[in-house]
Amino acid sequence: MNFEFSDEQNLLREQAQRFLSEQSPLSTVRAVLDDADVSCDQALWQGICELGWTGVTVPEAYGGLGMGYLELCVLAEELGRSLAPTPFASSVYLATEALIRFGTESQKQKWLPGLASGELVGTLAVAEGRGAPRPDAMATNYADGSVTGTKLPVPDGDIADICIVLSKDGAGTSLCLVELQADGVTRSVVANLDPTRSQACVEMAGVSAEVLGTGGSGWEQLQELFSRAAVLYAFEQVGGAQASLDMAREYAMGRYAFGRSIASFQAIKHKLADMYIATTLARSNCYYGAWALSEDAPELALAAATARVSATKAFHECSKENIQTHGGMGFTWEFDCHMYYRRAKALSVNLGSLTIWEDRLVDALEARTAEEA
Amino acid sequence: MNFDDTPQEAAFRAEARAFLSANATLKSDSASRDETEAEYILRAKAWQKLKADHGWACLSYPSEYGGRGATSMENIIWGQEEGKYDVPVGPYAIGLGMCGLTMIAYASEEHLKERIPRMVEGVDIWCQLFSEPGAGSDLANLRTRCERDGDDWIINGQKIWTSGAHFCDWGILVTRSDPTVPKHKGLTFFFLDMKSPGVEIRPIKQISGDSNFNEVYFTDVRIPDHQRLGAVGDGWKVSLTTLMNERLAVGDAGGADAPHILELAQRMSIDGEPAIKSRAVREKIANWHCEKAGLRNTKYRVMSALSQGKTAGPENSITKVVSASKLQDVSSFAIDLMDMGGVMLGREGQEELDGKLFHGSFLGAPGMRIAGGTDEILRNIIAERVLGLPQDVRVDKGIPFNEVEQGN
Repeated sequence: MNFEFSDEQNLLREQAQRFLSEQSPLSTVRAVLDDADVSCDQALWQGICELGWTGVTVPEAYGGLGMGYLELCVLAEELGRSLAPTPFASSVYLATEALIRFGTESQKQKWLPGLASGELVGTLAVAEGRGAPRPDAMATNYADGSVTGTKLPVPDGDIADICIVLSKDGAGTSLCLVELQADGVTRSVVANLDPTRSQACVEMAGVSAEVLGTGGSGWEQLQELFSRAAVLYAFEQVGGAQASLDMAREYAMGRYAFGRSIASFQAIKHKLADMYIATTLARSNCYYGAWALSEDAPELALAAATARVSATKAFHECSKENIQTHGGMGFTWEFDCHMYYRRAKALSVNLGSLTIWEDRLVDALEARTAEEA
Repeated sequence: MNFDDTPQEAAFRAEARAFLSANATLKSDSASRDETEAEYILRAKAWQKLKADHGWACLSYPSEYGGRGATSMENIIWGQEEGKYDVPVGPYAIGLGMCGLTMIAYASEEHLKERIPRMVEGVDIWCQLFSEPGAGSDLANLRTRCERDGDDWIINGQKIWTSGAHFCDWGILVTRSDPTVPKHKGLTFFFLDMKSPGVEIRPIKQISGDSNFNEVYFTDVRIPDHQRLGAVGDGWKVSLTTLMNERLAVGDAGGADAPHILELAQRMSIDGEPAIKSRAVREKIANWHCEKAGLRNTKYRVMSALSQGKTAGPENSITKVVSASKLQDVSSFAIDLMDMGGVMLGREGQEELDGKLFHGSFLGAPGMRIAGGTDEILRNIIAERVLGLPQDVRVDKGIPFNEVEQGN
């Protein structure tokens, strides 16, 4: 039994921690939060690209490092812990993954090297305003080589170069690749809950587009893509949950009330113990998700939903109780607690809400039971 | 990452399976039993003897006491394999898991030679006499007195929550030898023959109607001094050896869980639709599955560390605190799902499986949240030992035991 990351993977984690603590301290995150005109930290993004992280899972034939998903999970946890304000997740977990998974050979040759080097930033556009998207209610339409419609919100849509757009395509749906600098694209930044990650409105009026792989089953492809991305985002969520717990612990130890450290009160100890429990359950479920992702195991759908639901809940609990542990100061803009609280909520809906994922989890359980019967 | 055994582990597992398949019936193939407790104990003794004869009785013990000095990983593998079979192991869990290990740490060579093989072979069943009516979470607050009388000690007082005392042959006992010093310093530890004159055992009827525990009264019970474990006044240190092993032994609460609710929700209906279609039902199942899977995957991480010869992290400390509450919530919700019929156990003599499982779990769960460390104590332990938070203020610290306010 080997259910831990390898020594090499842990070495990568240490390098990532060192790099991010130098290049992405919370002051860097805060600078993006405070400046409405800035969507990401360019210097940090350059550094990440130079380290090759954007190409970790891209095969060497397409200019990547050709490493495995376990390595990407390690990086995701550290990026989540540091709240790194970059388009890494959109570009790597969504756009790059979509191309690796569903792109034709020529599409891979054309786009993967740029995504792997970080020269190109990619993203995925699914939502069309508020409410859960449905394949039969998709307004964005693909026909005769072009896409028309409005996607909102699109993560990192203001800074991305290419975008995978879920579109209606005849009787079905397709994932279509659109260049965001192309004629007919209008983009605008949308104010959002977590300004350390940007969101945009992308309007497309007859924009030239190519269908990713074979068209017609975009919704099904999206579900598979979401399962894979859910594991990676779950590692970011666990990283954020752990950081919130660490922050709450440090503050409680140093804060005195009634003549003693508040960390000696059971009300605080039990709160922190519950945060530890939630984080441990989520982390263990993430490891299982990492295994399923790296092995392309049949358990992936269940493992991914389990990791997603646990990690979403853990990050929410830890980020809100971190504020509570800080008392009034935790409610100030000046303290860093709210950056985790914002990120936790934003991540909890980015691939669909908790309710959707709980539903997917039970779907997978039912499918397993039916198989066993 | 992989879930494969190492070659040595695989060989050990094959050996364990060979013994088990030749000598026991799989749970999945065995019919339900209707037997008295005495019959159950006899069956447990026979199984323990058979295991001892073939070297499977207590894997982690040193070989001179009948064990085989197995690794932690081998112990886990044996537990996984034996757990698939319909075999009675309960009566020996406390003796082998806690009492025996405390004896090995503190008893004389002569006593070990006399007592441990009998425990291993199943001749003697042991119990642990720790908790008292006034000493539960605060165990060191115990009041049972021991007084020196020549070569003996005289014991007076009362213990409670003693599992299986009524069928036990020997027990380990912690008592107060000096009430004039602070509580942890005045304790002394013994082992004793449960048939000693002056020992009176009264079963406790639990909320489930079962009686798994007892009150044990001591009236002028004599214990020879050579049955003392550790120095006079060092009883707390000895108790910690037992408690450390208890923490390792306390595991998942078992009983009704997410798969049972899934299966039940497929059979029950809400508004004419299968209950499993309800979002509210699905949310609950998803979350219980996350806890169940999270505990299983946490256990994999611990096993992974042990398999590679590393020390396991503190992660497993969450097992009971998560699983006991889950048991209570799952079983309560199962009864809800059955609606008005949820209260039924079944007609007299024809108790239905749904009733047995969910009522049993519902009435057992409150005990699981208390036994072996309450939810609250376990959270303190996580906070202090894992997160490194300071201890709570203790108002009895440094005060002689007989000057500490005791309440009711």
